[in-house]
Amino acid sequence: MATVTAPVRTTASGGVEIRRRPRGPVRWIRQRIIPIIGIGVLFYMFLPIFVVVAMSFNAPAGRFNYTWNHFSTAAWTNLCGVSGMCEALQLSLVIGLVATFGAVVLGTLVAFAIGRYRFRGRGSSNLLVFMPMATPEVVMGSSLLTLFVALQFNTGITTILIAHVMFCLSFVVVTVKARIASLDPRLEQAAMDLYADERTTFWRVTFPQVLPGIVGASLLAFSLSFDDFIITNFNSGSTVTFPMFVWGSAQRGTPPQVNVVGSLMFFISLAVVLIGQVVQRRRQKV
Amino acid sequence: MSGGAVVATELEQLDIRQHSPKGGGSTEAKAVGTSRWTPYALLTPGFLWLAIFFVVPTIVLFFTSLYVGSLDQGYSFSFPGEWSTYVTAIQQYWPQFVRSFVFAGLATVFCLLLAYPLAYFIAFRSGRWKAAMLVLVIAPFFTSFLIRTLAWRTILADDSIVVRTMNTLHITDVLNALGLTEPGRVLNTPLAVVLGLTYNFLPFMVLPLYASLDRMDPRLVEAAQDLYSTPWTAFRKVTWRLSMPGVVAGTLLTFIPAAGDYINAELLGTPKVSMIGNVIQDQFFVVTDYPTASALSVMLMAVIVVMVMVYVRKAGTEELV
Repeated sequence: MATVTAPVRTTASGGVEIRRRPRGPVRWIRQRIIPIIGIGVLFYMFLPIFVVVAMSFNAPAGRFNYTWNHFSTAAWTNLCGVSGMCEALQLSLVIGLVATFGAVVLGTLVAFAIGRYRFRGRGSSNLLVFMPMATPEVVMGSSLLTLFVALQFNTGITTILIAHVMFCLSFVVVTVKARIASLDPRLEQAAMDLYADERTTFWRVTFPQVLPGIVGASLLAFSLSFDDFIITNFNSGSTVTFPMFVWGSAQRGTPPQVNVVGSLMFFISLAVVLIGQVVQRRRQKV
Repeated sequence: MSGGAVVATELEQLDIRQHSPKGGGSTEAKAVGTSRWTPYALLTPGFLWLAIFFVVPTIVLFFTSLYVGSLDQGYSFSFPGEWSTYVTAIQQYWPQFVRSFVFAGLATVFCLLLAYPLAYFIAFRSGRWKAAMLVLVIAPFFTSFLIRTLAWRTILADDSIVVRTMNTLHITDVLNALGLTEPGRVLNTPLAVVLGLTYNFLPFMVLPLYASLDRMDPRLVEAAQDLYSTPWTAFRKVTWRLSMPGVVAGTLLTFIPAAGDYINAELLGTPKVSMIGNVIQDQFFVVTDYPTASALSVMLMAVIVVMVMVYVRKAGTEELV
């Protein structure tokens, strides 16, 4: 990649010309081209976040919060002032927690089976876990809806939960399985050598080592469930989760409170990740 | 929120594969004394869930696409089914199909162009800031997908700095000529949708690329240069080849969700640039023509499966799953 500006040529005889060292600004840019592009791409990734945070302090002129009018903290102080938003937010939190619990329990069991045993059908088990991740959400959402319609089952909170557990499950399996694969088997052998029985070995040695993977999987499952729109849209009936609320507001008029929630999500998740990193680093030092 | 987190898992998995030879023979040691039915017992609850709510619905979807009947009289299945639904659906909606794959393809190419330098930078040049840089890559995706996408409406609005600059520099004129934008505007044009898709699926590209570049031994490039290869040849013959697993994983992780997405087309585009996802959604909820909607879903799935299989075979990497 660095060669975009590099004046290096091979001569016709096949030998390499002595590289001319460019001087001044050309050389400066040439040496730093990758960091410059890299940081430019990062800036591109953060651009919408700046906008989301900035627009949360806007007092929109009309129903839509797309253009800057003037500064106001009204949205931050009056978060639940928009009808229906806080209810939707609360519902999404509850659904996220319940779906995460379900997916983590079911997924961890599957991960242990695939990660620790060799058995007939292990290959096809992996495939079954992989398929939902490789299927476009619109296909998964619509196929679940056709099932519920065929069974004449009313869509609502129950169907949202069923769908969320389903699509979070694969991600839990993959995360926990990766953690199990990274374990050092010698630790378990050592425990057994020291006369720990199987149960004790599992709960005192194996499980604590897998736990960080389970915690990671829970955070992942929660964020997937909390942010899901497409599958939920197909299976929610008249129930309104937070993404459904945002979608509806995009047609009717977006209040700045939506941006406040967006900003809060960003800062809270960032804090969680940073704390996780610090904890991990501390543990590695000990 | 989801995007980054999802790929973080993928990344962790790729990362851990590096150490797997060490734990290779572990399974036998661990399974001592447990019955041979234990793995099946552990699998049962989770797999029942996937069977009932993933496999069965896919089958029901297929049968729904073959329903006989009409909107007024209702639909039901009778053998051998109404296969002509597929024909009419394709005749009516092929432009949206083509558009979906073109947009997803463009977004995948843009993602690769943006992600490669960034992943390269993080893997080889970031030094002790590596972990922090990785957090920065996924951090923007902590915010809700929809809110992030709506923010692009502000950035690409007709009188925004970005669009005014593009107009002044006559970039929009060039893009107009290519049919990507409309005179003087970016929002509600194909370009806006492609930009939205590129933005939303970028981490799916960055993280697998980073994972494969990070595994690479930088001394290989030095060796190539010692053997008188130019930096460009060294990149093409060493770095790029070794990063192929990341390129394949990244393009799949970007292309598949992008092809089925309808959020970007809805929020940043107009019905004129709608994708197949928009049609499926409308057929289910506005028209309530379930057979056509199901037929479109089945075809989307089929096309993606075929493309993925051909692509993976061509790329020659089969250790993706």
